Amino acid sequence: MFFQKEIETMGRKELDALQLERLKWTVDYCYRNVPFYHRRLDEAGVCADKIKSLSDIQYIPMTTKADLRDNYPFGLFAVPQKELVRIHASSGTTGKPTVVGYTKRDLDMWSDCMARIVMAAGATSEDIVQISFGYGMFTGALGLHYGLEKIGATVVPNSSGNTEKALMYMRDFGTTALVATPSYALYMAEIAKELEYPMEDYHLRLGLFGSEGCTPEMRAQIEGAWNLFATDNYGMSELMGPGVSGECRERSGLHFNEDYFLPEIIDPQTGEVLGPGETGELVITPLTKEGIPLLRYRTRDITRLNYEPCACGRTHVRMDKVQGRSDDMLKIRGVNVFPSQIESVLVTVPQISPHYQLIVRREGFADTLEVKAEIENKDLIDSFVKIQELQGKIKHKLHTVLGIQCKVTLVGPKTLKRFEGKAQRVVDLRSQPEQK
Amino acid sequence: MAIKQISAFVENKSGKLAEITSYLNDAEINIRAFAISDTADFGILRMIVSDPERAEEILQDNRVSVSITEVLVVSIPDVRGSFAQCVKVLAQAGENIEYAYAFLTPEAGCATVIIRVDDPKAAAKALSDAGIRVLEQDEII
Repeated sequence: MFFQKEIETMGRKELDALQLERLKWTVDYCYRNVPFYHRRLDEAGVCADKIKSLSDIQYIPMTTKADLRDNYPFGLFAVPQKELVRIHASSGTTGKPTVVGYTKRDLDMWSDCMARIVMAAGATSEDIVQISFGYGMFTGALGLHYGLEKIGATVVPNSSGNTEKALMYMRDFGTTALVATPSYALYMAEIAKELEYPMEDYHLRLGLFGSEGCTPEMRAQIEGAWNLFATDNYGMSELMGPGVSGECRERSGLHFNEDYFLPEIIDPQTGEVLGPGETGELVITPLTKEGIPLLRYRTRDITRLNYEPCACGRTHVRMDKVQGRSDDMLKIRGVNVFPSQIESVLVTVPQISPHYQLIVRREGFADTLEVKAEIENKDLIDSFVKIQELQGKIKHKLHTVLGIQCKVTLVGPKTLKRFEGKAQRVVDLRSQPEQK
Repeated sequence: MAIKQISAFVENKSGKLAEITSYLNDAEINIRAFAISDTADFGILRMIVSDPERAEEILQDNRVSVSITEVLVVSIPDVRGSFAQCVKVLAQAGENIEYAYAFLTPEAGCATVIIRVDDPKAAAKALSDAGIRVLEQDEII
């Protein structure tokens, strides 16, 4: 199903021409309205007239999250405050939040993007959709909310928290689709099981998941627990919110909304642009934003672009599921480790739950990685031998995948922290004084 | 013949044991025997209590991980050689002892031994046949 079929299936040539025209527009718009970009572009000797082809984008300086923080709160806004109709902010887990502003047109564009993505995932006007992202300054909930309303779905804005009540609405309203982070969807399934209502009382058929990564193994668990079709969508508040890209029913990559976003892949170390199919950091230039336009924003997410045509008929480029974040990547004894790799191992072990925590320490001159996982199978609790066998098995599997040794600690069921928003599973103590 | 033992998975943190035992006390559950074994990361607290089902429920409600295991409780005379005799019978019956713990009751002149084996029913029969007293659940409550 398409929301705007003509645009979503536009030919590559036309799409390129549209992107070039809009890229020139946004460079010029930034230059004229944002002093920060005026200076940057002058320093780099670039202006809209010098951009003759899409590949000329490589001459434009990149923007980082630090640039947004340095200009906190409104320094990068391109319009006077009276033009703004909405302000959002990122979670700000590291330092000051990043603040973004939207004009009326920005909100229209955002809800169009979102509407395309939820329809590509299979949502229709028949669906009752519960939004279990936290409302508030976070863009996730309102982004999906507006997109779903635009396609005529029935939105239940129950937000995150109070899981039992959310489950009650789900049963009583006959909710058919769920918007949540993958880890919260799993947690909800855990609580649903504890409440002991038959699973037939729930009617979910579609999951619209996002805001954090989800391995194929974790996705299979969510689908098994809820008996639904899970889809992934992607975005970030700096770029707009969710709605930048999303999966269609083929689920072989997330389609960008290319008429609004121009993606590139770069080498995160050198900044050099990489060719199609190569894995690196995703850099995105929003092409029509008015409130806070950005040029070549470094997402820190590691992925790959695929320009092959998709069986669904959409022509817009697809990105692979994010493999990790260049700043989430842990370097342990010189080896690159992504938490997603560890997760994909843990979810294949049936005796433990899918919740885990990673602790990185420095002992002497060596880094150590401890993986904490919860025992789920009660029958193991009385036996040291069985617990130790399980520990050994997990350790071996992790070693095979990661190539480094790590310590595995098993803890009791339901003792690790649960997350309603983005899961924070990594604790890096290396900058702290030595710990035991 | 087999008696229900309750095992709790205890993280190696100070105060954990105090917490668990206070839940049982609050529920008026009496601990009749217990043993604690530990590794670097966690311990297993094994207990014979007055009401194992209720203890399991109370501990679970308080988010303590527990399981119920069947063990043998044997009463042997407090004299030299009686424990040796007991394990000899089990060895002859081909029963492997996974773990055991014991306590003395000097006034009664006997010792009580709690033994975990693979097949408690077969082991109980072998012991009874050899004249060793195997206790029932109601005898220890």
